[in-house]
Amino acid sequence: VSIEWYVVLSSLLFATGAVGILIRRSPVVILLCLELMLNAGNLALVAFSRMVGNEEGQIFAIVVMVVAACEVVIGLGLIVALFRRRLPLDVDELRSLRG
Amino acid sequence: MSASSWAWLVLLFPLLGSIAIGLGFRAMPARVAGAIGTLAIALSFACGLGALFALLGEDAEARHHASSLWDYASAAGLDIELGIFVDPLSVFMVLVVTGVSTLIHLYSFGYMESDVGYRRFFSYLNFFVFSMLLLVLAGNFVLLIVGWAFVGYASYALISFWYRRTTATGAGMKAFVINVVGDIGLVLAAFLLFRELGTFDYEAVFTKAPEVFAVNEWTITAICLLLLVGAFAKSAQLPLHTWLPDAMEGPTPVSALIHAATMVTAGVYLIARTHVLFDLAPTAADVAAFTGLATLLVAGTIALVMTDLKRAIAYSTMSQIGYMVVGVSIGAYSAGLFHLMTHAFFKALLFMAAGSIIAAMANRQNIDEMSGFGKAMRFTSAMLLIGGLALAAFPGTSGFFSKDEILAYAEARGGMYMIFTVLGYAGALLTAIYTFRLVFRILPGVPCNPAAELIETGNVVHAEPENPATGEPEDTGVGFPGPEHHIAERSWPMMVAMGVLGFLALVGGVIQIPGVDHVLATFLEPVFQDSPLAAVHPTAGAEWAGLGIGGAISILGIAIAYFLYVSQPATPAILIQRLRPLYTLFANKWYFDELIDTLVVRPVLAIGRFANRTFERLVVDGLVTGTAETVRGAGGMVRIVQSGFVRSYALLLITGFTGLALYFLLSSS
Repeated sequence: VSIEWYVVLSSLLFATGAVGILIRRSPVVILLCLELMLNAGNLALVAFSRMVGNEEGQIFAIVVMVVAACEVVIGLGLIVALFRRRLPLDVDELRSLRG
Repeated sequence: MSASSWAWLVLLFPLLGSIAIGLGFRAMPARVAGAIGTLAIALSFACGLGALFALLGEDAEARHHASSLWDYASAAGLDIELGIFVDPLSVFMVLVVTGVSTLIHLYSFGYMESDVGYRRFFSYLNFFVFSMLLLVLAGNFVLLIVGWAFVGYASYALISFWYRRTTATGAGMKAFVINVVGDIGLVLAAFLLFRELGTFDYEAVFTKAPEVFAVNEWTITAICLLLLVGAFAKSAQLPLHTWLPDAMEGPTPVSALIHAATMVTAGVYLIARTHVLFDLAPTAADVAAFTGLATLLVAGTIALVMTDLKRAIAYSTMSQIGYMVVGVSIGAYSAGLFHLMTHAFFKALLFMAAGSIIAAMANRQNIDEMSGFGKAMRFTSAMLLIGGLALAAFPGTSGFFSKDEILAYAEARGGMYMIFTVLGYAGALLTAIYTFRLVFRILPGVPCNPAAELIETGNVVHAEPENPATGEPEDTGVGFPGPEHHIAERSWPMMVAMGVLGFLALVGGVIQIPGVDHVLATFLEPVFQDSPLAAVHPTAGAEWAGLGIGGAISILGIAIAYFLYVSQPATPAILIQRLRPLYTLFANKWYFDELIDTLVVRPVLAIGRFANRTFERLVVDGLVTGTAETVRGAGGMVRIVQSGFVRSYALLLITGFTGLALYFLLSSS
């Protein structure tokens, strides 16, 4: 399988995630879309790593996974906190940071 | 113990007293506060005596010690120590200050008895004594300035002691502002000295100065003139004197201590202390001497017509300090300081007697309302008479020897300095007349109501409390004089203090009788011996001739006063009619207040208003509001983006990032 297919798949996944973030209002779905974008990036990294023939891209992909795990912990924690305080689970309603 | 250890103890006790009373005033009964305050100063005086005997036990040449506790400030090229300088001059000043202060504390113990602010009073008073001792013991110009400013503050706090009297707070501010003018002069002088000599330390400055400066070089003249600004402001010499008469708003013991005996003589001390510099700048010394002469004459004429008892004595103080300034400026150092000492005795005594009489008058101070106190208050009257005789330089009293010594020295210098002798005797005539004007108005004659009441019922009158300056009715709570009045006859502490001072005012002159003894001159000689003027000595014969003239003038003055105010009491009114312009000039204090108002206060106010209208409004406000408006406008633009919609942020982020990526992709290909 040539490299182009991987890049196209990665781009599609990334675009899906980005569009999902832009159009969905539930924080849980937004978090899922973020994961999708990160993993699209990982896919591209691993593919290019295979193409170049060294493992630097794969190491970088593992670092991205760690970051993604951290991000999920914080994001889910925020969502749980929102739920506990009975705030609406809708990012358009949560706009107290307006300048 | 060494002299410097004693001197540190001298400083310690008043400071401890002030802190103890100031912090513990709620816990201690009023009497205890007064006792602590008085005892602290008495101990300080005892330590001063210790320092004196320690000095006397040494060779005359070795009687100067610099001692320091620690570095006060240390920086590149600058090393200031918290150090004192003990020599005969500073020990002499310490003894005068602590001695008179002890007696005045004792007097206050009785006089202020019913005042609500009794503890506060003693705390301030102790602080004042500490500051004054710091001033006279300082070992370098920096500590001198510290002490100088401290006494200025203490003076302000004590003038405004009855802080709910608007006249008193106004007088306090006036004194403070004028004293700050003097402080600036002193500070600038110290800076100039440091620039030229690289040190603030007394010993180093006085050793280096003759090597660095030529006689009458402009820098040394400028330094001395700036020192004089400080000295004149503190010592109420023309034209910086207008605060002193107003300072009489303070309680009478304050007038006696600060504005007669000690603080106002600081300028005299300063000139004597820096005599090495003044020897190098004879022009500046002459400026000082002529200012002193002008002050003594102007103040003497004003004292002739003042009807307020305390203000009349205040002008007399100015006049006497004029004599001291003349003395230390023309080179009669020990004579000037001798007059400083005797003046401290008799002027403090006069103020105490005046305080006792004012108390008997229920705080009224106008001498036109007073008469016949001779029978009503025998002790106070006797003390007033002794103080008056000493001030008028009646033969045999302390003022007789000290004043004439200055004038005899001026005569011995000859030439231009004869002016000081001649006009000094003219001033002495004025002194005798105005002093005995007060005495003859107050003591003899038909007793006025309060005096009659004292004679008949033995009660001190109690009038409705009112401000003697404005006649406004007053409270007797905190910040006002207390409800009761205390006269010396009913209060042993006042009586003891006045008795001791009366004795000293009478016989204090015996330590320095021409041709007989010269205790003070010998003691102070090591300080002044290197001065080129130390060689000038009036002969004993010339001094006795001077004393003869002085005594005659004194008796003549008293006789004139007797003629004017006792035997022909109608004459003063006729004289006022005949000499209307002169009287108006004197009664308006030579228009100095108005002069300063026109020359300084109004122009400065006008500049201030002008700057407020133009510079402040346009430039300063423009800059400030301009900056604020710019920032606010820029913020307003950025605020639009901060909508609070997370998804719009995401959109911006993605669009921006995509745009950047596209830009780099397109530009690289």
